[in-house]
Amino acid sequence: MGSLQAVTDATFAGEVLEAKGPVLVDFWAPWCPPCRMLAPQLEAFAAEQGDRIKVLKLNTDDNPAMSRKYGVQSIPTMVLFEDGQEKQRIVGVVNQEELKRRLGLSG
Amino acid sequence: MNAETRNVVVVGGGPAGLTASIYAGRFGLSPLVLEPGFPGGKLSLIDRIENYPGFPGGIAGAELAERLAEQAREYGAQFQAVAADAIRQEGTLIQVATADGEVAARTLIVASGATPQRLGVPGEREFLGRGVSYCATCDGPFFRDKDIAVVGGGDSAVEEALCLTRFARSVTVIHRRDRLRASEVLQRRAFAHPRIGFRYSAEVIAVEGGDQVEGIRLRDQQGESFLPAGGVFIYVGITPVTGFLGDQVDRDGRGHLRASENTATSLPGLFAAGDVRGKPLRQVVTAVADGAVAAMAADRYLTGN
Repeated sequence: MGSLQAVTDATFAGEVLEAKGPVLVDFWAPWCPPCRMLAPQLEAFAAEQGDRIKVLKLNTDDNPAMSRKYGVQSIPTMVLFEDGQEKQRIVGVVNQEELKRRLGLSG
Repeated sequence: MNAETRNVVVVGGGPAGLTASIYAGRFGLSPLVLEPGFPGGKLSLIDRIENYPGFPGGIAGAELAERLAEQAREYGAQFQAVAADAIRQEGTLIQVATADGEVAARTLIVASGATPQRLGVPGEREFLGRGVSYCATCDGPFFRDKDIAVVGGGDSAVEEALCLTRFARSVTVIHRRDRLRASEVLQRRAFAHPRIGFRYSAEVIAVEGGDQVEGIRLRDQQGESFLPAGGVFIYVGITPVTGFLGDQVDRDGRGHLRASENTATSLPGLFAAGDVRGKPLRQVVTAVADGAVAAMAADRYLTGN
């Protein structure tokens, strides 16, 4: 997963929960083919949104605490956080347009 | 955006679409493959494929998929990471609408595959990603030391049940018939496994839980019961992906595209290959065979033979 910044169990609070604006976290793992499918869509989405939404990836193998805390049992799962709260959850691969639609950002 | 008219556009980059591209590429037709995700389709999600000829001991689905894609590229196939949203006929051409604009195709090979069928019971949708899954290869590691239910009785269900035993404490296969439909070799392996159990003639009526799945409600001859399970993996068949075709191509009674032996459909110039078409055996080996035939049929259509 190329250009996205990674977040870990250790940095989650600072990077996600205490962040100012919305943060979309992609829970993924290297062995998961659909996660690789999602990656380019998400990178394009992140590039397009720029500063409006922070997009981070979390490797569920290396960071089991946050995966457990948020009950992630299927990957890829994307969770949108605002003010430390989960606002929305998208399970499975979606393309960039669908992602925008589900997050209410299209049109 | 795509002013150029393509000889062959292939919708879908699974085994059928990739093989169609290999053959079409070798015919010199410079195929364009529309695949919004990852080349390989459902094949990429198969842990190990054991019945693909030429690979004794099996091969990882993702590896076979990557090899097919590489071979297609070798013969000049181009890939565009976009979905086909709709088609319309324009004279002898088929225009394919995508998020990147329209693509004009002289022939269209539809290899859009199929998606997992839902059970359609309460809780299934709500617990998606919180214990309900359609992909053991993807989600198995999240169910370490849990009791898991696998719904279905075909090859996929039994294969995935076996795959899940690597992680799970126990796996219970729930099938609505009184015997499995899976192939003999898989059945034997599953029966011999100490941590796989079976519930026959049982119907899932709901997936239940709190924040996560806690179990499923079943109905069988004894009445209703609750089976505790930390995860539910569903393999009850597949639904062909044909929405983008509207009502322009004939379907069979189960919604698959009606296609002849040479993959021709009711729409001239449109050929159907792989899981999207009606056929007696849905396997990677029949998908690749369809793909080859579709490329030949497209070539003949283009040259007027």
